[in-house]
This record gives sequence, C-alpha cells and structure tokens, in this order.
Amino acid sequence: MFVRGLKRKCFDGEEDIEGTLAGIKAIPSYNLQRQSLLDMSLVKLQLCHMLVEPNLCRSVLIANTVRQIQEEMTQDGTWQMINTPSTGQASLDRLVSTDILCRSSRDQAEGKHVPAYGTFNKDFESDQPPDSSETMSTASSVQTPRNLQSNVWEMENPQENKGNFQKSLDQIFETLENKSPNSVEDLFSEVDNSYYDLDTMLTGMMSNTKMGHCDSLETFSSPTNTASNSNCKSDLNDLDHIVEILVES
Amino acid sequence: ADIISTVEFNYTGDLLATGDKGGRVVIFQREQEAKSRPLSRGEYNVYSTFQSHEPEFDYLKSLEIEEKINKIRWLPQQNAAHFLLSTNDKTIKLWKISERDKRAEGYNLKDEDGRLREPFRVTELRVPTLKPMDLMVEASPRRTFANAHTYHINSISVNSDYATYLSADDLRINLWHLEVTNRSFNIVDIKPANMEELTEVITAAEFHPHHCNTFVYSSSKGTIRLCDMRSSALCDQHSKFFEEPEDPSSRSFFSEIISSISDVKFSHSGRYMMTRDYLSVKVWDLNMENRPVETYQVHEYLRSKLCSLYENDCIFDKFECCWNGSDSTIMTGSYNNFFRTFEREAHRDITLEASRESSKPRAILKPRKVCTTGKRKKDEIAVDSLDFNKKILHTAWHPTENIIAVAATNNLYLFQEKVN
Repeated sequence: MFVRGLKRKCFDGEEDIEGTLAGIKAIPSYNLQRQSLLDMSLVKLQLCHMLVEPNLCRSVLIANTVRQIQEEMTQDGTWQMINTPSTGQASLDRLVSTDILCRSSRDQAEGKHVPAYGTFNKDFESDQPPDSSETMSTASSVQTPRNLQSNVWEMENPQENKGNFQKSLDQIFETLENKSPNSVEDLFSEVDNSYYDLDTMLTGMMSNTKMGHCDSLETFSSPTNTASNSNCKSDLNDLDHIVEILVES
Repeated sequence: ADIISTVEFNYTGDLLATGDKGGRVVIFQREQEAKSRPLSRGEYNVYSTFQSHEPEFDYLKSLEIEEKINKIRWLPQQNAAHFLLSTNDKTIKLWKISERDKRAEGYNLKDEDGRLREPFRVTELRVPTLKPMDLMVEASPRRTFANAHTYHINSISVNSDYATYLSADDLRINLWHLEVTNRSFNIVDIKPANMEELTEVITAAEFHPHHCNTFVYSSSKGTIRLCDMRSSALCDQHSKFFEEPEDPSSRSFFSEIISSISDVKFSHSGRYMMTRDYLSVKVWDLNMENRPVETYQVHEYLRSKLCSLYENDCIFDKFECCWNGSDSTIMTGSYNNFFRTFEREAHRDITLEASRESSKPRAILKPRKVCTTGKRKKDEIAVDSLDFNKKILHTAWHPTENIIAVAATNNLYLFQEKVN
C-alpha cells in the first residue's frame, strides 16, 4: 500500500550529508510512487464504459492530479524519459477535458462515424449500435447545417490541426447521398435556434458515450492523430448539436 | 430497502424525509406525546412513501439518468399540506403531501362504490355528507422543474423569501420561482469557454437563512464564494471569497482532492457557515475571508492512508455536515458507520456508531475510539479494521431538539438525547 506522496527533498548545500543520502535513496521510490499514482489516475479516467454519466467533480480532480504529476515530472526532466514526447502533451489534453475517453483514440481524426447519429434516427428503435449505412444517410442530411454552424465552431477552436479533421469530414459528407437542401432549410426554419447556444453545442463534450458507440467506432480503423483530439471532439459535438436540432424539429 | 441518499427534517421537526437511490421518498412523522405512553415521545413512524423520480434515458447522449434522490428540501408550512422539493441529477420536483381523513357520502348520481346510478332510480335530491375515514396521506407532484441543468444537480436551497429557490450543478447555478416551471435564471456560470480548461467545479450551494439576496457556493478547490444577487444578474463576480491558505508542509498530490468541499451549511443564526472537506469540518465567520474560525479534524488518522483511499475511490466520498438548532454543536459522518459531533464552546467531541449490533432501542450509545498509535486499547478500533464500505454521508439534526437522524447505507437511525 502506498502512503501519501512524499515531499520532494531539496538538494541544496544546507542539507547535511545524512539528509542528502536519505534523499538520494528516497528519490527512486518517490518516482516509482509518483508513476504508480499517475498510472492509477489514468486508469481511473479511462473508465468510460459506463451507462451513467461519470461524476464530473471526480474526473476534474483526477485530471488535476494528473496535471500536477506531469508538471512535476516535466520540471524533473523525468517526463520525457518515461513518456514519449508526442503523446505527452496530447494525452494531457485528452485527459483534462473530461470527455468521452473511450472516444479519444478511436473516433476523431477520421471522423467517419458520428456516434450520436445512430440514436437520433427516428426509425431506429433499439439501443444497438447502428449499422454504418443508416448512420451515413442520417449524416448526409446535416451537411448544410454543419456549414451554418461552422463559424461558431471555428470560434471555439482556433487550433491549427482542425483543418485536417475538417478535410476528412468534408470528404465524408461529399461521398454521402445528398438530400435536397430545401428540406433541411425547412426543418431549420421551424426551430428556435436561440436555445441551442454554445453551451448546448459544447455539452456533447461532457457526455460519455456508451459502449455501443465505441463498438461501432471500432469498425473504423486508423490510429489517432492525438494532437487533434480536442478539435475532433468539438467537431463531433458540433454534429451532436446539429442532430439535436433535427430531433427537436 | 435501498441506499439512503438524503435526509432532511422539516422546519418544525415533526416530519423527517429520506430519499433513496431508487428514487423513493419516505417521510416519517413524529408521534404525538401521549401521557399514557411517555416513552413513545419522539418516535418517528412512516407517514408517507412515494416514488419521486423514475429512471430516465437521455436518448441524445445515450446515457441513463439516475433516479437517485440527491437532495430533499422542505418548504415552510403555509397550510394543512406539506410541500417539499426533491431532485435527482437533472429534474427537481415539488411534491405536495396532504392528509385526507374524510370522504363524501350520499352522492346523487353515483353509488357508494362509484358506479353511476340508473337515472330512473334517482327519485330524490340529497346533499352529500362528509364522513370520517381512515387517514390517508397522499403525495402528488405539483411542479416539475426540468431541462435546466446540463450537469448533475448537487444542491437545492429554498430562499428565505419562500418564493424562490436555487439549484446548483457542477458548473452552473439556477434561480427558480416555485410557481414557474418553464423558466429559470442562471445566476452563476463557471463553465470555461474551452472545456479543456476546466479545473474547478461547484460542489454545493445554499441560500443565506435570512438575507434573500445572499447565497454561497463551494468548489472542488476548497474555496467558498459568497454572492449578492443585488450586484448583478449573473453572479460570476463574488462578493466574498473564502479560502484558507494551504499549509505547505502538508502538501501532497492529494492536497487538492482532500480540500474539495463536499458540503456547505449556514448556521441558523446566519453569522457562520460550515464546510466539510475530506478530513475536516471548518466553521467560517462570514466577516472573515482569509481563514476559518474553527477547524475540527474528523478522521485525521486517514491522512496517512490517502493513497489507498484514492485507489478505492473513497477519497471522493462526499460527506455532509449539519448544525444543531442552537448552532452550539455540529455533526458529520465518517467510516465504519461512525459519526462525530463537536461541541463548539465546550470543546468536546464524541464519536458514535450507528449499527444494529451496538445500539439496541433505548440503549445509550457508547463512545467509540479509533486507535491511532501502535498500542490498541480495549474497545478501540484499529484504522486498518475500519470498514470503508460503511460510510455515513448523510445526517440531520432536529431544528429545535436534540434528535438526530443518521443514514447508514440503507438503514436510518434516529437518536435522541436521553431525558430522565
């Protein structure tokens, strides 16, 4: 069992030799403990396979702990040794947003599947993950609204990597069957958009997908571009938001 | 019986409401004193049981919305009926609990069993009369306040104007009028523009007992903000900010987690407020923001076990706290079904246990002690023997008398001061 994190000993000249020796001995075990704590925290944050929304307070506290450890490890210089540089910053981003964590590695840059759509399909009765074709046809109808919303979305995430995701998203929509834009406009004219402010759009970020989404997402392979995690999430939320409007109308 | 998730006395203390994980509310009523049965004074019996919330499924997010009752708050009684607010993660409901002890008999158009009478059988006109019947307690939902919270509601608090109330979730606080269900005003919003920058959430909120414009909310970083609704419509700027400076010598990776405030309660006087964090209870003077005036260690022996408690998630347990009627004593729960009371002036504290084994009806509770040193005395319990599954998160104190309600998982215990 671990005890609470040891306070780092400070190696300045004022320490007596005994203290310094003790400090040197303490460091490996302190690093080990710290690493274990980091691993434990990451595991806790990864618990996304739940039907109920995870406790936001708990997630934020764990994420803060992870950040604290990472900051200390970065100062130590041990961060680079233990963790690959490419994933370091990105994984922090991934963890800090208490987002759907099971989404993170599977569903972003490709953007080939928008998880939320399946459940919005009105003909779709069961809770099972939708088959791709159904999802795609639903997705096609929101091509126009996506463009309408894209300004807002861009405001939210002025990050350079979003372009990549945006492109893949565009490609997907192009390949889909286009419904007549007029019908979509009609849908929109009836909906009071004022309710759907940024908050609702970003709401999707906080939600946790259920297993079904993760399962269906697995059919779309490809490793993640971890740097674009955050952008991808917002894109998906953007789409969530659009589908919310569709359902509401 | 389901796990009890909230306990609350009403303003007179005659009624005690409990909410559970299954969405049910059970209300107990205090028996009237009867000279023939002096020992029955203070006994609470079931008065009403009803299903307040049902499980829901949020189709947009593909998530279940738990029916667990997070909080119950009574409204002051204004007529024969009783009203309370109960909330789960997303929806607040106003319930009316009323008694019916009479029924009308002698209708013209229908029989006693409700069947319509044949018209030709109605030969005379009579006035229905009221006859006594067995007491029936009915609970009916009068208002449903829904769709105003994106995140999980952790607190509700009735304002001293008895017309409005607030509901708080992890990132926002809304103000409602009890009569209006289709509109609520957002008065606090700490959601960052970019959710990835989120580092702090709201953990509890409460209205001041006397000043209807003042409320406080606590955060996961151990801070309390007092807001005045007169200053602006959106109270993102606090009027007062309460935070105790961190003790650098006790800093660890768990410092922030254990500083997270799980409950905040104003004293009845309105002069003080009490906050509960993982290891301690602090009393704050509203006039002094830089540190609490009193700090009580609830279970300091857990400080060396924080890593284990982090591993098993116990470190995230949200304990509540409460004042007694005169604000002289405060109470809060701990593990192993222990709960603690602290007498502020007398500087006395006691640890008691709520369990079937150690408390028979009418028996006096024996003080408990947790052994912190190596040598365990008789009757002491070692820290490693504590059962961390038996946690007392919810307690309530009668508004005027020394009667306390303690929820131990799925059992409710009521204790009262022994009167000779």
